[in-house]
Amino acid sequence: MKQSDFTILSNQKIAQDVYEMKLAGDTSAITAPGQFVNIRLDGLFLRRPISVCDYDANSLTLIYKVVGTGTAQMSRMQAGEKLDLLTGLGNGYNLSKSGEKPLLIGGGVGVPPLYNLAKQLVAAGKHPVAVLGFNSEKDVFYKEEFEKLGVQTHIATADGSMGQKGFVTDVVKTLQDYSYFYTCGPEPMLKAVYDVTATDGEFSFEERMGCGFGACMGCSCKTKYGNKRICKEGPVLCKEEIIW
Amino acid sequence: MVDIKTSLSGWQLDNPVIPASGTFGFGYEFSELYDINLLGSISLKGTTKEPRFGNPLPRIAETPCGMINAVGLQNPGIDAVINEELPKLKACYHKKVIANISGFSVEDYAYTCEKIDQEDMVGIIEVNVSCPNVHNGGMTFGTTPQSAAEVTRAVKAVTTKPVYIKLSPNVTDIVSIAKACEDAGADGLSLINTLLGMRVDLKTKKPVIANTMGGFSGPAILPVALRMVYQVYEAVKIPIIGMGGVSCAADVIEMMLCGASAVQVGAQNLVDPFACKTIIEQLPTVMQQYKIERLTDIIGGAHE
Repeated sequence: MKQSDFTILSNQKIAQDVYEMKLAGDTSAITAPGQFVNIRLDGLFLRRPISVCDYDANSLTLIYKVVGTGTAQMSRMQAGEKLDLLTGLGNGYNLSKSGEKPLLIGGGVGVPPLYNLAKQLVAAGKHPVAVLGFNSEKDVFYKEEFEKLGVQTHIATADGSMGQKGFVTDVVKTLQDYSYFYTCGPEPMLKAVYDVTATDGEFSFEERMGCGFGACMGCSCKTKYGNKRICKEGPVLCKEEIIW
Repeated sequence: MVDIKTSLSGWQLDNPVIPASGTFGFGYEFSELYDINLLGSISLKGTTKEPRFGNPLPRIAETPCGMINAVGLQNPGIDAVINEELPKLKACYHKKVIANISGFSVEDYAYTCEKIDQEDMVGIIEVNVSCPNVHNGGMTFGTTPQSAAEVTRAVKAVTTKPVYIKLSPNVTDIVSIAKACEDAGADGLSLINTLLGMRVDLKTKKPVIANTMGGFSGPAILPVALRMVYQVYEAVKIPIIGMGGVSCAADVIEMMLCGASAVQVGAQNLVDPFACKTIIEQLPTVMQQYKIERLTDIIGGAHE
């Protein structure tokens, strides 16, 4: 974990209530896709945890949905403004288990952490397949970005306005011979993914957090391997250890 | 050069800044961030006889200038604390610590305190009779002078180390409870624990915290904490560790002027993991600014 100031490079709306913020700063504490940052915002006591969508040696990309005071404040910020970030939080996804053809299953703002994961898997010579679910066409983002990586990308929308009508699980059910899966999204989706998938995989969970770095025990959960802190030993848990 | 040392029951501390129980785990994880040996001491995560998972989630809510937690004393239990957590801390921290103990009966408190009393690393036993997040425990003991005194006597009977009772602010008269603890043999007092509070989620129209209520902490409660330390200081002779909303060096000085011999920093650690380090580093500058040469000179200085 590292605490440092980042400078906003850009902050733009990419779908309904969804923004993409690019920041420049020290990303050396980030060790895996699926980790998150915790952002301090003026006038708000608790930091806001947001998953890292993409990162390189000196910048990172965050995608967030405006759902409350903190994210609304973020959406009004401009290029050049600074943000105090804790970086390198959480465990992130384990790439070594992917096999040749892993599925990346994302729902809504659960899609972002899968983007850098896809990038790293492709760089490692793997052939990931993305299944991205949204409510409607106006909510869809990053379809082209995944495709530009050379990742076969399926879109599902609940209202059928783009891609397959239905949920990500409706697409997953039609796919065969995948080697592993990585998923992130709302908990009902995660549970449905757990039920329809045929292989082992990894789930990234979201929870209300106090500190984001393991000090307060605010986000503990029970697993088959004992109590874990979503912010520290998570947010990624393996399929075999999850207790719903 | 200014003198930032202080003492608690004959134990010399390099400085008065101590991370508060429940906001710093068992300390060793913070040693990845900085050398935690610069801290005055560390108040460890609240420990009970048996392991506890704590309350259902969500356990955390935000408030103006603060937060609410309802963790519910999640901890691995006294045996695991002694056999696993303390050795990990000992590897990176070379001072004495404050062990924070909770219980659900007088016998529980005595059992757990007697065990922790055997540990060389423990300088003070801080007995939490004020956790707002557990039913039939914790705060029940801290809300009447009789029950707080009963716990104090039971713990004193089985321990050799200084015993500090951590008091609840959720009472009508904290002074009478403080005096009852002093009369029962307490060596010092820690105050205040969190204030009972709650928030409601307008989207669900239900409480944010799964347990409905939780402990309110953060800068918003500093004035309440200062007032209670001030009142208790007038009434007792034993030392006070002041806490509640402390987030900067100036707050530490204010707390000591009200009567605290040392100061704990709680919620601020959760939003700024370097908070205690920063406060310790800033303390000499703020003291010089207010012409304070020796920190111990100002303890209780706000009183007539």
